[in-house]
Amino acid sequence: MDHELVLELLPGYFDQELGLSEALEFERHLEGCEQCRHVYAQHREVSAQLRQAVLRVNAPQALAQRIEAALPSLPATRETLGERFRRWLGSGSLSWAPVGATLASVVALSVSMSLYLAVPSPDQRLTQQLVDDHIRSLQSDHLFDVVSTDKHTVKPWFNGKLDFAPPVVDLAQQGYPLVGGRLDFVNQRPVAVMVYRYKLHPINLYVWPGNEAGAKPQVLEQRGYHLAHWNAAGMNYWAITDAGAGELDAFIRDLLAQLAA
Amino acid sequence: MADPTIEQRFKILVLPHLNSAFNVARWLTRNDQDAQDVAQEAYLRAFKFFPGFRGENARAWLLSIVRNTFYTWCQERREQASGTVFDEEMHSLETSDTHQDDNPEATLIRSESQEQVHRALRGLRLEFREVIVLRELEELSYKEIAAIVGIPIGTVMSRLGRGRQQLAALLAPMNQEK
Repeated sequence: MDHELVLELLPGYFDQELGLSEALEFERHLEGCEQCRHVYAQHREVSAQLRQAVLRVNAPQALAQRIEAALPSLPATRETLGERFRRWLGSGSLSWAPVGATLASVVALSVSMSLYLAVPSPDQRLTQQLVDDHIRSLQSDHLFDVVSTDKHTVKPWFNGKLDFAPPVVDLAQQGYPLVGGRLDFVNQRPVAVMVYRYKLHPINLYVWPGNEAGAKPQVLEQRGYHLAHWNAAGMNYWAITDAGAGELDAFIRDLLAQLAA
Repeated sequence: MADPTIEQRFKILVLPHLNSAFNVARWLTRNDQDAQDVAQEAYLRAFKFFPGFRGENARAWLLSIVRNTFYTWCQERREQASGTVFDEEMHSLETSDTHQDDNPEATLIRSESQEQVHRALRGLRLEFREVIVLRELEELSYKEIAAIVGIPIGTVMSRLGRGRQQLAALLAPMNQEK
């Protein structure tokens, strides 16, 4: 491979878009060529700077509402539900008595909102509820209530909000950085949700006490999302993502290893 | 299980990519308010075209609509300017920062070095900026970028190469300080 061609293919090599044999030839040249190594280092530096510079900004909440209002026949019930939840969570004074009424209506609403009502079994309903909740968390800017990549911030945040202490582990090393946590209401009870990321795909991990599945994760697919369900140390776990089945498998493997460590 | 309606499928497949749509619109228009308009218009178009969507990659599909909407929007502005030559670079630079305060998330406090990277990317020519944003911020593959921008994969690669080198040149003084 000559020098000109190597320079041309350099971005492709950097972005891991070359085939294996091309990449090997490329590396052979790179080893002996000062100039190409310099350009390669520039690529790496610029790419790292771009990724550190917080250039990606989430869509404002108002835009989501504007779009939903502008689209024909998309009911806006979800927004009001989200807002009600947010108000409850954001109110600071988490006294449970008035919250009970709110929660009851949230449950009523979420059950009535289940889209495919062909008399689903409780399991199907839970799965649907989780998929709905996952989608809602992506849409209405309600991915986190606490934003932190530090498990020592996320874990204490749940104190006093739940009647159990969810295990929070850090998986940044494995490629799944923890990005935050949130409180949700699933299966008629408050649950902890830890939010991880794989590349740009959020992974929601739901945890609540119980013993409703085996230790071996059961994977299912619904509406393009992959879900896995298992039980460990007296806790129910549900993980859901759009990253893909293989990615979800790997995430769970790393999570279990870390929990066991 | 009953078949979901078109609206439900749209809601499930397309709405969750709003952050990507807004981000791409924001870096194309370089203005928060315009980005919101472009993203909203793109969603309306996407909804209209959705019955014809057969692919699997809803995000890339949506982003190609965002990009097309942006170019139509530029065209309309150019026609509105009736006769005067519309200069995308000038126009955006002079109005660019006035609306940023509308979006509290855009007013994140950035370090000086982050600010410089921001300015460098803003200053990049559109044809390079769009591929850099799709690659570095949206993490799309060359194949997806080629489909969105409507250019061959080889051109994606060379534009990314040139774009990154221009950024490197713009950021060089900053890197020497370190």
